[in-house]
Amino acid sequence: MKRFAQLLELLALTPSRTRKLAALTQYFRETPDPDRGYALAVLTGALSFRNVKPALLKDIVLREVDPTLFAMSYDYVGDLGETIALIWPHHGEQSDLPSLTQLIELFNTTSKAELPKLIAALLTQAGINERWAVVKLATGALRIGISARLAKTALSDMSGVELQAIEEVWHGLKVPYLDLFAWLDGRAGRPDVDQSARFHPLMLSNPIDEEKDLGKFAPEDFSAEWKWDGIRVQLVLGGGTVSLFSRTGDDIAQSFPDIVENVSGVAVLDGELLVGRDFEAGSFNDLQQRLNKKVASAKHLKESPAFIRVYDMLFDGRDDIRTLEWTERRKRLEAWLVKNPQTRLDISPMLPFADWDDLAAQRRQGADEHGHEGVMIKLRTSPYVPGRPKGYWFKWKRDPNVVDAVLMYAQRGHGKRSSFYSDYTFGVWKGNEIVPIGKAYFGFTDEELKLLDKWIRANTTAAFGPVREVKKELVFEVAFDSAQESTRHKSGVALRFPRISRIRWDKPASEAATLTDMAVFIGAT
Amino acid sequence: MATPVLDRNLHIRAIDAYIDPSVPRERAIITHGHADHARSGHGAVLATPDTIAIMKVRYGEDCAGKFEPLDFGVPLHIDDVTITLFPAGHVLGSAQVLVEHRGQRVVVTGDYKRLPDRTSQPYELVECDLLVTEATFGLPVFQHPHPNLEIARLLRSVADQPERSHLVGSYALGKAQRVIGLLRDAGWDAPIYLHGAMIRLCELYEELGVELGDLRPATGTVKAEMAGQIVIAPPSAIRDRWSRRFPDPVVCQASGWMSVKQRARQALVELPLVISDHCDWGELQQTVHETKAKTVWVTHGREDALVYWCQTQGLQAEPLNIQGFEDDGGEGADA
Repeated sequence: MKRFAQLLELLALTPSRTRKLAALTQYFRETPDPDRGYALAVLTGALSFRNVKPALLKDIVLREVDPTLFAMSYDYVGDLGETIALIWPHHGEQSDLPSLTQLIELFNTTSKAELPKLIAALLTQAGINERWAVVKLATGALRIGISARLAKTALSDMSGVELQAIEEVWHGLKVPYLDLFAWLDGRAGRPDVDQSARFHPLMLSNPIDEEKDLGKFAPEDFSAEWKWDGIRVQLVLGGGTVSLFSRTGDDIAQSFPDIVENVSGVAVLDGELLVGRDFEAGSFNDLQQRLNKKVASAKHLKESPAFIRVYDMLFDGRDDIRTLEWTERRKRLEAWLVKNPQTRLDISPMLPFADWDDLAAQRRQGADEHGHEGVMIKLRTSPYVPGRPKGYWFKWKRDPNVVDAVLMYAQRGHGKRSSFYSDYTFGVWKGNEIVPIGKAYFGFTDEELKLLDKWIRANTTAAFGPVREVKKELVFEVAFDSAQESTRHKSGVALRFPRISRIRWDKPASEAATLTDMAVFIGAT
Repeated sequence: MATPVLDRNLHIRAIDAYIDPSVPRERAIITHGHADHARSGHGAVLATPDTIAIMKVRYGEDCAGKFEPLDFGVPLHIDDVTITLFPAGHVLGSAQVLVEHRGQRVVVTGDYKRLPDRTSQPYELVECDLLVTEATFGLPVFQHPHPNLEIARLLRSVADQPERSHLVGSYALGKAQRVIGLLRDAGWDAPIYLHGAMIRLCELYEELGVELGDLRPATGTVKAEMAGQIVIAPPSAIRDRWSRRFPDPVVCQASGWMSVKQRARQALVELPLVISDHCDWGELQQTVHETKAKTVWVTHGREDALVYWCQTQGLQAEPLNIQGFEDDGGEGADA
């Protein structure tokens, strides 16, 4: 465990990517199985425990620490795991902790009743750095700025096997990855992964740069379609078996039985999951209701049936067609849908356009009249490349709506921003008072964050636990994708995807928007 | 308790003197030389001789109308008020102020720490009725490790990465000299290189009898020769262009804040060293108990938690929200 704790600390504190990568590579090279496999699982977020959860850790620590002092500490530190590691009040004779593998086995096999005693003993026995690592392991939230991709890159560096090849088998592997390491070490062949039920990493798009890109692109080389406002999914149809994956490879089939039970054929399809009757997509809010539930209720299934608007095909039957051009894949997809009629799948129609100005006009009209988020532009010759390759797929979002709102409350952020006031609630005028319309925590630079933090500390009028109320004087230009009526907000308005687009240090609060101004945005969607 | 001899702005009405005032006053009693306690422009300044020397170096010979040096442990009677200074262990010359008035004893700690430190006079416990304590690290998450362990981590990192130089961000007054002293005690005899902002205060410490060994200016050194060396610089300089003159520097910072890894990450500190010149949570609690104070006023830091805890101990406690103090240990805060 000591070695793993050292690795975590180094990864957390070393700003240099190269150095992080070197440390990971060295760790994977020097650490025996299955420890390194478990470490890989921790770093890629593939590990979770049935009974060891953040709430359990919190319970354990609250048996030893006054809850008020714990709450104040958590507010200050901004990271639950780190707060627990730092506040643990007992320090015993430090001795070596079990190995990572032993620890994970203990977490998995110890009964629920015995876990608190076990974990308390481990925390007492550990030095500060290992205590931090144990808590991070148990809570699952590493927050050390490591992506799964970086860990896999280290595997590639260690073995000389291409990253792409590792990504290909990744989602069919099981912790602690013994067959993966055997392959990477050259002791065995490539792991035999069942193609039919596994997730294939998605191809993602880049935002278009209107000035730079459009001038260079010939419109006839591209195809366009609407950008659908649902969630990206991959449907893996094995002829009898059906898997439904989110964009990160989580299996979400359980939440959408209405899709899973009503699709057939053999293919791997890429599309957008939406809810609504007769392929008429409802609002993102309707979808959100269903996403919040692990298991769909009968009411949801009836009122918000789900369907998938398909736009690409990775496997046609058992044939991997990802290297084919988009035009060819589209033809195969259309043909497949004719041969395999579906009630829960439809195809994302293409948007014919003459030139970029024409498409821009359609995009604007689609946004105004139907609330479309924007359009997708795809190079007709593009293969299906996992990740975010440059030059193939582009998203051209509609211009955001903006409103000038007044900062009302601020709360401390978490993770990298812990201790800075970085979460903001803002509002607009309703008569003589300001009512909240939303919350945002991004859209500003680190420099601006420091200035905002300073302003908030200097202009606090009241504090409620971790929340500070501030003088109603600072105006934000808030950008958002759409506005909806809401019963949850006092203002009756909810914003979709709000972010701070500018800080209007110069603008007096009296000139901020009013609730009446917001009505036009609600009408628009 | 009868009306305290000083009010919540630390104003001693009977003799019209303020302790560590943030604006110029006719009479000021200064606990120590850090900028959030010692400011220029007061009429008369009462402080220890070391603190006066430090103020003169930092703000100039004439930074106050007049100076009244008062040695530790020597009572000064003004009307029916008696002022005595006791070592606070924070930095060289740092003092706690005992104010006695008609049988009432009030101690204003200034900043203090209780661990021995050879670059500062050792803390002395003073019993009192009213304790005015700082609470820079007034949360139970602050449990400072022994500084020797932290210095050992620094020296291990130097040994493990001989091709890099180690840049230790340290506040110029107190922390820098403490780190140097700890390095010397750990057997580091090599020259230690100083940022320009450190030099004058290190010289003053030596003049006042604190030996710091072979110190050299960091500017004008040859880059390649700085591999494996230790450089002390203000926190603001270690990530600045100034630091580019050193080979692949390991950015270190010596501060009590560094126990929080997320904070170290924010500050882009690769090697955080938890070396603090303030009490940690346990020492604050210990001090409250040992002074036997029945009333505690808390200032400078996370007042709420210590006030809350004092109340759970059956003590009268309240926060002092003294104007002019940043509550969260920003970049420049000595900690």
